[in-house]
Amino acid sequence: MDYCPHTKEDIARMQKAIGVKDIEELFADIPKKFRLKKIPDLPGALSETETIALMKNIAARNFMPRLTLTGAGAYAHHIPAVVSHLVGRTEFYSAYTPYQAEISQGLLQAIYEYQTMVANLTGTDIANASMYDGASAMAEAAVLCGKMSGRGKILIARSVHPEYRKVAQAYAWANSYVVLEIPYAADGQVDTKTLRKEIDDNTAAVLIQSPNFFGCIEDVAAVSEAAHARGALVISGFTDGTSLGLLKPAGCAGADFVVGEGQSFGNPLNYGGPYLGIFAAKEKYLRRIPGRLAGATVDKNGKRGFVLTLQTREQHIRREKATSNICSNEALCALAAGIYLAALGKNLRKLALLNVQKTQYFKEKVSSLPGWRTIFAAPVYNEFVVTCPDARQANDKLRREGIIGGYELQNDYPELENSLLFCVTELISKEDMDRVVGILK
Amino acid sequence: MELIFEISKPGRATTDIPQSDVPEKDISAIIDARYLRDELDLPEVAEIDLVRHYTNLSRRNFGVDLGFYPLGSCTMKYNPKINETVAAFPEFTCLHPYAPADFAQGNLQLMFSLQQLLKNIFGMAEFTLQPAAGAHGELTGVMVIKKYYERRGEKRGIVLIPDTAHGTNPASGALCGFETVTLRSNADGGVDIEHLKSLMDETVAALMLTNPNTLGLFERNIEQVAQLVHDRGGLLYGDGANANAFLGKTRPGDLGFDVIQLNLHKTFSTPHGGGGPGSGPVGVGSKLVDFLPVPRIVKDADKYKLSENFPHSIGRVRAFYGNFNVIVKAYTYIRSLGAEGLTRAAEMAVLNANYIKEKLKPYYDLPYDRVCMHECVFSGKKQVAESGVHTTDIAKRLIDFGYHPPTIYFPLIVPEAIMIEPTETESVETLDQFCDAMIAIARETKENPQRLKDAPFSTPVRRLDEVLAARKPDVAWKKP
Repeated sequence: MDYCPHTKEDIARMQKAIGVKDIEELFADIPKKFRLKKIPDLPGALSETETIALMKNIAARNFMPRLTLTGAGAYAHHIPAVVSHLVGRTEFYSAYTPYQAEISQGLLQAIYEYQTMVANLTGTDIANASMYDGASAMAEAAVLCGKMSGRGKILIARSVHPEYRKVAQAYAWANSYVVLEIPYAADGQVDTKTLRKEIDDNTAAVLIQSPNFFGCIEDVAAVSEAAHARGALVISGFTDGTSLGLLKPAGCAGADFVVGEGQSFGNPLNYGGPYLGIFAAKEKYLRRIPGRLAGATVDKNGKRGFVLTLQTREQHIRREKATSNICSNEALCALAAGIYLAALGKNLRKLALLNVQKTQYFKEKVSSLPGWRTIFAAPVYNEFVVTCPDARQANDKLRREGIIGGYELQNDYPELENSLLFCVTELISKEDMDRVVGILK
Repeated sequence: MELIFEISKPGRATTDIPQSDVPEKDISAIIDARYLRDELDLPEVAEIDLVRHYTNLSRRNFGVDLGFYPLGSCTMKYNPKINETVAAFPEFTCLHPYAPADFAQGNLQLMFSLQQLLKNIFGMAEFTLQPAAGAHGELTGVMVIKKYYERRGEKRGIVLIPDTAHGTNPASGALCGFETVTLRSNADGGVDIEHLKSLMDETVAALMLTNPNTLGLFERNIEQVAQLVHDRGGLLYGDGANANAFLGKTRPGDLGFDVIQLNLHKTFSTPHGGGGPGSGPVGVGSKLVDFLPVPRIVKDADKYKLSENFPHSIGRVRAFYGNFNVIVKAYTYIRSLGAEGLTRAAEMAVLNANYIKEKLKPYYDLPYDRVCMHECVFSGKKQVAESGVHTTDIAKRLIDFGYHPPTIYFPLIVPEAIMIEPTETESVETLDQFCDAMIAIARETKENPQRLKDAPFSTPVRRLDEVLAARKPDVAWKKP
């Protein structure tokens, strides 16, 4: 099946208008020796019926879990039915970036509203239209701090998601910044004593996450105070965005940039993507931040309207002097996030509370199993670390019941042997948790 | 139209939260009050108001499903609905990225297979699907190049970029610590070979070439260009933004490209989503495979798994594995079209572009009058000279005729550029109607230039004050 509407007669008429006898003439600029007769080893066309059958077959090779108790940067939440219906409007999804404002008011306004909600939620002044994901948002913020300050060192808490640290490392390497990891303290928060020691006049930024990878809530205010005392900036991420419904946002605790994964807001797990990077900052960085920004303005009759603004920061205007190379972002995911947040409204707090209550329940239940104990004392949102006699065996038991268990921390933290990071969202019922504890017994 | 905040009313909500089925504790006993937020400022709207709000916003937006969208270099082809249907299979949407490999064999097989297909289509040794968009792929590709030289112990700090390149190319080079040097185009719109010879030495890491370039022209001297770069130990990077032009006609790997980044949302018709999500796979030649990001998918007998065990890798450019749901759509698309369908797509795309070029040539200045590939670039300079009407006025007037405007003012080397990419999915009738509109506008330029300067008339807002937006930035709504 191809989607070209051309009939033989159409092609003949068009060739005549162009003045060629054969379509091949239009490809004459490609040197003959490099011309392909046919793409090698590519299967032939399929009808729609055949394609559906093929794809169903592939999908069937996946196993649908009965429960997912892993979070670790991607969270299973209920998505209100309105979200997919509205995001599925083809006026949105079959559009390009809203370069032509007058026929793109829908997306531009939706992005402006999203930016506002994100700024409010993160306790900052401004937010961009989105980055690729939480990890790349954090990495770009780090590079930006390096560029702005002229300093060469970036400190990153070991309690930040291991993959986020790797991404920050790659971006820093590409820009010749040194990255230093700061250990976590016994309570699961970043070790502020070591942090204070390592921050110096060459430190561009301190990167933390709150809640952090262990689920623990960080003392962002203390970290900010330590960083700002030496002129370093604070980039604070978060794990599950729904935590912002309840927790004091990092922007209200001194962070200069709040970045993180927005997937929790109305975007399915999708095996890791597409998600969206939230990027929010204090107002004074408005002209330095990467990514697209929708801004309000007026038309020639004084009527409110929206445009992409401050584009002189961007690559298509500034080229090598741009603040970033980002062009396409995750607009449709940001649209979903905006719709989700508008649908939840103040109920986001209730949802966050429910996540905390359920997590507490499971935490107590599971840590009362013989040989199981929690290891970090810091308060948690909807994830927690528990150490058990044999983590792999515990997960295998759950797997046999079709349950994805906890994230095994020892791969990334060799010292956390037999430790599992569990996540409980509103989708997990008391009955589910009781069953899981029964299986682990 | 009102903002969602302006229709908010305390006490309303769209979603209710289930009652807790576990014993509830006082929150302050769980989390210290200093970690809790005081207020939460989000809209409060009833479901019907929410649905109307976003539905009305969608009606103020233009997508391919509404009409012709000849945005140059963006390949706004029709997005087959079957791709959306398949991508919505719960087996694809509901799986956690850290699901054990034996839960995710379908996903891993799909990604592995897409890499195989891309290798065959583009003639590269290996692909990564990790980058989230074209520019992200560029950054990844340039990181791979940087790692390659680091590994060889060579210090090369310069990347050459033609003056026709997308802005992302120099920005990607800069974001990877390279100095970018501009390479001139010749009178035919191709690479100025003499200039390349003068710039190419052992300090140059790579030439980033878009082929066909942003003038829609295929680099005729590609063999010589590749040789000049390779002779001095440099690498040839290909920006695949315009790959739709040559599917099944030639392969970058055969042309001498060492790295290429694709845009699945362009060439393989996963929709662009109003600015993303995209997907920007990177393909490399055999000597660069070791440097690709991790994890990579490996096949072990009939099982697929993710492996981090590639010590020379650049590491990661994002969390998890890529924009998986976009990858599902691209795979579905490629399998639907098959080898012959992809080739026909390129042929019809090029046919359509040349048809428009010939029909509009008498009315608009055509700076490079030769056979084009998937897009053609006009200049509005005739209209400027005649009546002071600029390309932006022509673009805004086109909106009144029911079309999304072409890309304008790009590439930079064409003054008042009008860059038209019709794609293969448009019929000759659509092209004729569009050309009629362009011709009517050319006529109007002479007869009633003010009408163009006042356009558009048919939109919910008239021309917007971008200067004001930049001078007094308002990027987040504040309660009055």
